[in-house]
Amino acid sequence: MRRTLQLAAIGTAAGAFSGLFGVGGGTIIVPLLITWLAYGEREATGTSMAAIIVIAALAVAMQATYGNVDVANAALVGVPAVFGAIAGTALQQRIPERAISLLFAAIMVALAAELIIP
Amino acid sequence: MDEVFVVILGLLGGLLGGLLGVGGGVVFVPALSIFLGESQVEAEATSLLAIVPVALVATWRQRRYGNVRLREGLIIGALSPLGVLVGVVVANNISERALELAFAALALLIAARLVKRGLRRPEPDPVPERP
Repeated sequence: MRRTLQLAAIGTAAGAFSGLFGVGGGTIIVPLLITWLAYGEREATGTSMAAIIVIAALAVAMQATYGNVDVANAALVGVPAVFGAIAGTALQQRIPERAISLLFAAIMVALAAELIIP
Repeated sequence: MDEVFVVILGLLGGLLGGLLGVGGGVVFVPALSIFLGESQVEAEATSLLAIVPVALVATWRQRRYGNVRLREGLIIGALSPLGVLVGVVVANNISERALELAFAALALLIAARLVKRGLRRPEPDPVPERP
């Protein structure tokens, strides 16, 4: 039960922060899974991707009703991105997990700086 | 020519996404607005559609590598719309500056924990016992 509540809190935080600050869900989900639920780094990124399927699908359904989605342009950027993602996940299996933690630490510091500097 | 840049940036965004477990919108949105002339709102919406197949394929690959807790990921995803509503309520009741500073503090706290974790010593190899 406690764990379900923690997962719910992470989902709520991801939605709230992306709405408020325009950051993607993964930027919030991955560090929280690592530091709060003691996920391994690879597990955190893999599980974050599963969450993003739902987040992006729901959000794009909303946006489509406003007519803001350009399918041809989405394909132009998305199709090569799929190949990039296959390469990225393969590459990730070959680097030390701690490198992912350190990269996210740098991202968090950059994000904090962006928010603090008016 | 602009399309070539978009394809290259798409590839890079997907690579970054697969590596870090993020959608890649941080690269897709500027690519769509700068090279294809989309407005900020349109670029964000179009980027979300591009993220769907990226997340599907990355999840499929990571599942093969044994790195996905599918049920937990789906719970997180399903609760995110609630978070968007919470964000709207919070934004209407707290000053934007206070919110920015609170989130910055949280980000720095998380960064410190990640650094501590990233710099921990690897588990030492077990010392072989003497016969």
